[in-house]
Amino acid sequence: MDFSLSPEHQMAQKMVRDFAQKEIGPVIKEYDRRQEPIPFALKRMGELGILGLCFPVRYGGQGMDYLALGLACEELEAVDTSLRVAMSVHTGLCSMNLFQWGTEEQKQKFLIPLAKGEKIGCGAFTEPGMGSDVAAMRTSAKRDGDFYILNGEKMWISLASKADLVLVTVKTNPSARKPSDGLSTFIVDLNTPGVTRGDIHGKLGVRAGATGWINFQDVKVPAANRLGEEGEGFKITMSGFDHGRYTVASGATGIIRACLEASVKYAKTRQTFGKPIAEYQLIQEKIAKMAQEYEIARLLYYQVGWMKNQGKRCTRETSYAKKFATEASFSAANEAIQIHGAYGYSDEYDVERYLRNARGAMIYEGSSEIQTLIQAGYALGERSDKPLRCELPAYDEKVWQS
Amino acid sequence: MKIIACIKQVPDSEAKIKAEGGQVSWGESPLVINPFDEYAVEGALQQKEAQGGTVTALCIGPESAKEALKHALAMGADDAILISDAALTALDTQGAARVLAAAINKIGGVDMVVFGRQTLDDGSGITAAQTARVLGWPMLGLAGQIKVDAGSVEVSRVIEEGRQNVKAKLPAVISVVQSIGEPRYPSFMGIRKASKAEIPIWSLNDIGLSAPAQIVSRVELITPPSRDVTCEIITGESPAEIAEVLADKILAEKVL
Repeated sequence: MDFSLSPEHQMAQKMVRDFAQKEIGPVIKEYDRRQEPIPFALKRMGELGILGLCFPVRYGGQGMDYLALGLACEELEAVDTSLRVAMSVHTGLCSMNLFQWGTEEQKQKFLIPLAKGEKIGCGAFTEPGMGSDVAAMRTSAKRDGDFYILNGEKMWISLASKADLVLVTVKTNPSARKPSDGLSTFIVDLNTPGVTRGDIHGKLGVRAGATGWINFQDVKVPAANRLGEEGEGFKITMSGFDHGRYTVASGATGIIRACLEASVKYAKTRQTFGKPIAEYQLIQEKIAKMAQEYEIARLLYYQVGWMKNQGKRCTRETSYAKKFATEASFSAANEAIQIHGAYGYSDEYDVERYLRNARGAMIYEGSSEIQTLIQAGYALGERSDKPLRCELPAYDEKVWQS
Repeated sequence: MKIIACIKQVPDSEAKIKAEGGQVSWGESPLVINPFDEYAVEGALQQKEAQGGTVTALCIGPESAKEALKHALAMGADDAILISDAALTALDTQGAARVLAAAINKIGGVDMVVFGRQTLDDGSGITAAQTARVLGWPMLGLAGQIKVDAGSVEVSRVIEEGRQNVKAKLPAVISVVQSIGEPRYPSFMGIRKASKAEIPIWSLNDIGLSAPAQIVSRVELITPPSRDVTCEIITGESPAEIAEVLADKILAEKVL
């Protein structure tokens, strides 16, 4: 078993780290305070190839593997969660799902500009009245000749106001015996007449990230924009979450690392009762826990990256990684604030932002409770992975780079 | 245009440097491409983009210095050459210049050689000029801007007094400063290429040189004594009172 990262992975990791630290680090506090997205962040991530790093070159990607995607997310979120959120929705939910389920024509038309970062994508599943209960969604699409007519509203959608395209799951058959069989997924140009959207302010964290709502009123979508078959929307949505949750897990790992690094640095310099607080066992306990949880979180997401590269389904392993890393990141940020004392409670230091940013990830892309149910389902033998009509292609260096 | 970017591998700028048994030690700190040389690679790549041609990264160092060359490849250099030889342990700047010049002559047909303004470790900043001297080419130092036009090159030098524009015929040696532009990040395509690159190693024999004699050598290497400073804040009712206490203390310490 080889746990080491290849030189390629290490160089990619360093490149993303340098970008995030040099270009985002110096301005993040200001934008987070103003609750505004950093205007150049998405553009730069597109130009540098970060948004499309795990797709084959022929689809506009950078030809790197799925582990590199996780490594990039860790580096991005170690600086700010808003950067990783872009990876979760643009790359994970939208582009990777198109890559998995799209027809060749759809990949040519939509995936290439997304992978190149020329267009921004997002994923819309949650509604004002439904989140975990995906099959209960009310946004609908009715077939009308070569088109579908979409009506309804999606809420808590990251990049809603910034994206050009949305991957949206809606109800196409309200009388399906199993409600989850009545869903279908579409790729919709957000400049289509009938689409309105806006931002939601007042979030606890990820304040430099745009989160909003999208309303569809008699929006005419070509039938050619349907991803997969009619009725496959639930499966497609769940596949998207496998990809999105992987980015959330690897990103949250970055928060744990950031908390650990900040705490070690502070504990070595801050003196109390005549010596650095790092010399006190109560502080050491907190730091040791962060270090241990960073290691666990990292190994869990590396495993998912490896499984994705092998073309193995990893819903269960992704769930472990996502739940563990997001909860550990919140706890690490909480302890980091404690170590920093009053300074940690103010935005003079970064750790309070880490705490606010970490909190949301225990809710979005499958709450901790939903992850627990998934894990229990597998453990009790009540849940198993059935083959999908379209699986995420296993990483093949030759195919990816040709 | 055939462009050479000369780079060096140095300890990371955050390394804690100390003398150990007459040798420089940087502990566990990683070795990186000399930060000033990233500007050299950037400057070379800009010229390649403007004029067409190739950029070759050239480095003297041990096998581990391939990592610095890989960084240059990942930034966009077309190829890289490492000059490594057991006989090259004690190399001063003049020796390095002779080795680099011999390698540049072996490569052949070179139009421009770009250096960073200095290295982070030895920091003499004269290897570029010495290389130009050995090659017999003009030296344009501290360039903040490079413009090539029909066989000649014009650079804007960033000097204490301001800017100075100078022009020379190619081939020429140029050292660059930060105003050349922020070094680009390695691209993912470049990273993939660099991680697979087989970097050729040239020995002294390959460049037809025997180990250059060392002219400048270190007599002694010591870790600077740590400064033991204590700070005392003098307080008082009025500035005059504070000044008086301060004056007494200065006299008592025999500073004056």
